[in-house]
Amino acid sequence: MRYTLLMHYQEMSPEELGPEVLEQGEAAMNSYAATLQQAGVLLGAEVLQPSHASTTITHRDGKLRIQDGPFADTKEQLGGYFLIDVPDLDAAIQWAGQAPGAMWGSVEVRPGATHTVDGAWVPNA
Amino acid sequence: MGAERLTSTDSAGDGGARAAAELAARASYGRLLAILASGTGDVLLAEDALADAFEEALRRWPADGVPQRPEAWLLTVARNRQRDEWKSARHRLSASLDVLPELAMPVSSPFAAPDSPGADFPGADFPDRRLPLMLVCAHPAIAEDVRTPLMLQTVLGFEAAQIAAAFAVPPAAMAQRLVRAKRRIRDARIPFAVPGPEILPERLPPVLEAVYGCLAIPTAETPDDGGASPRPTLAEGLFLAELVAGSLETEPEAWGLAALAAFLLSRPSGGAYVPLEEQDTDAWNPVMIGRGEEYLRRASALPSGSRTAASRTPGRFQLEAAIQAVHANRARRGGTDWPALGTLYAALNRVAPTLGSQIAEAVVLGRLDGPLAGLRRLDELAAARRSDCERFQPYFAARAELLASADEPLEAAEYLRTAISLSTEQRVREYLRAKLHSMTESAS
Repeated sequence: MRYTLLMHYQEMSPEELGPEVLEQGEAAMNSYAATLQQAGVLLGAEVLQPSHASTTITHRDGKLRIQDGPFADTKEQLGGYFLIDVPDLDAAIQWAGQAPGAMWGSVEVRPGATHTVDGAWVPNA
Repeated sequence: MGAERLTSTDSAGDGGARAAAELAARASYGRLLAILASGTGDVLLAEDALADAFEEALRRWPADGVPQRPEAWLLTVARNRQRDEWKSARHRLSASLDVLPELAMPVSSPFAAPDSPGADFPGADFPDRRLPLMLVCAHPAIAEDVRTPLMLQTVLGFEAAQIAAAFAVPPAAMAQRLVRAKRRIRDARIPFAVPGPEILPERLPPVLEAVYGCLAIPTAETPDDGGASPRPTLAEGLFLAELVAGSLETEPEAWGLAALAAFLLSRPSGGAYVPLEEQDTDAWNPVMIGRGEEYLRRASALPSGSRTAASRTPGRFQLEAAIQAVHANRARRGGTDWPALGTLYAALNRVAPTLGSQIAEAVVLGRLDGPLAGLRRLDELAAARRSDCERFQPYFAARAELLASADEPLEAAEYLRTAISLSTEQRVREYLRAKLHSMTESAS
């Protein structure tokens, strides 16, 4: 069975966290990813950029609506995700607009910050 | 430069010349910033790099002399700064490296003759990347209320505090909005590109709207200003509209917007408020009117654009410009062509109705078919949009005008009083008060 572990936490800037906490957090994420990798259960992981970089897409009646900011409706719940690798936001928006989920809900387009390759974190290109 | 206005929009005399010179300097800033930002997608970094380059110029030019091509010099220094920054650990950790090749040009001394072979800038001209920059500023992923300020800052180099003053927003709030938007551009990687014909038709209207935002900035009323300097960004709006129209060439609405800006700029700003119809046409700038007419001709010579191939009617900005052209033509004609205005407002209210344009059409109708016809139209509007009309100054001003023409001075005075209380501009209040005074004088 595949499980997705969804991490929810308060968004804090590196300045707010301070170098020590930041370093501890990075070390913890490194060892967690390595542990999962060693156990042979890690398929992939992403740490996303903060919600200020998010764009929300809806598709209704054949019309694409692009809204700045994260998805903010409490009635709808996270139902799934697609991970895509494209050159820029316009390309991501075009794909997001074609997602069936954009017609019955919203698709939040959030750029990635880092991801794992073979259990090790690498910055997103 | 006064804090309450961006540049002088005085169309005549010294003020006009100074404003023109300043815009030319701003044009060069925008060209450089657009090149720097479009290479990396990072406006903040580009701004810092360009500011550093200007600082270094101030340090070195007095001693070493002004380089043959100052812009090329600034660009080289700024690009070196950008590259240093990208090489620093901060950026290596937090951002992508795949844009580096664009920056990876040979490190050259900024004093190397830029015209020599192998110099960074072949040819006399830089590529103009300002249209992509404007498309980024008005990207649908950027909050609508920051698009116009963002354009004024990046394409024209205005400081956040100046923009804040023009928009009557606290400087700190404006600065924060601008920084947030620029982070968003960088972090979400909004592309610096002119999209293809399949996307451009939906991306251009927000760009034109943001430029239109320069023409429609409400007067910033500071206590010492008395509201005497309305529309502080008309010249900037004309500049940006010409930039879009000239870059795309075949977009009729962009030319329409440029025409509209030129007509608005042809009229003197500041001083006491005088309604358009009562303005002395000798005070209008004929050069600016000619420019507006030329742009409007270009717009109408083009096919109706990429938007809706089916409709042959001109778009909103062309219609608004045509309305201003009719007013401008009063100088030659001796009187206002009301039937033409009636036709144009009817078309505008089919294409892009706003409460303001619908009320204007009622006033025109009052001229064409008598005040009672205009009042009937206002009644219909009020019935359909009561709560909007109740807070809308032009509704009360228009009603007062029509009632006065219909020989109902007492009722007219009532509406005029409400119009005064709803006016946000000091000089408009003064004008309406004087009108009320003469109305009540003659009634008693």
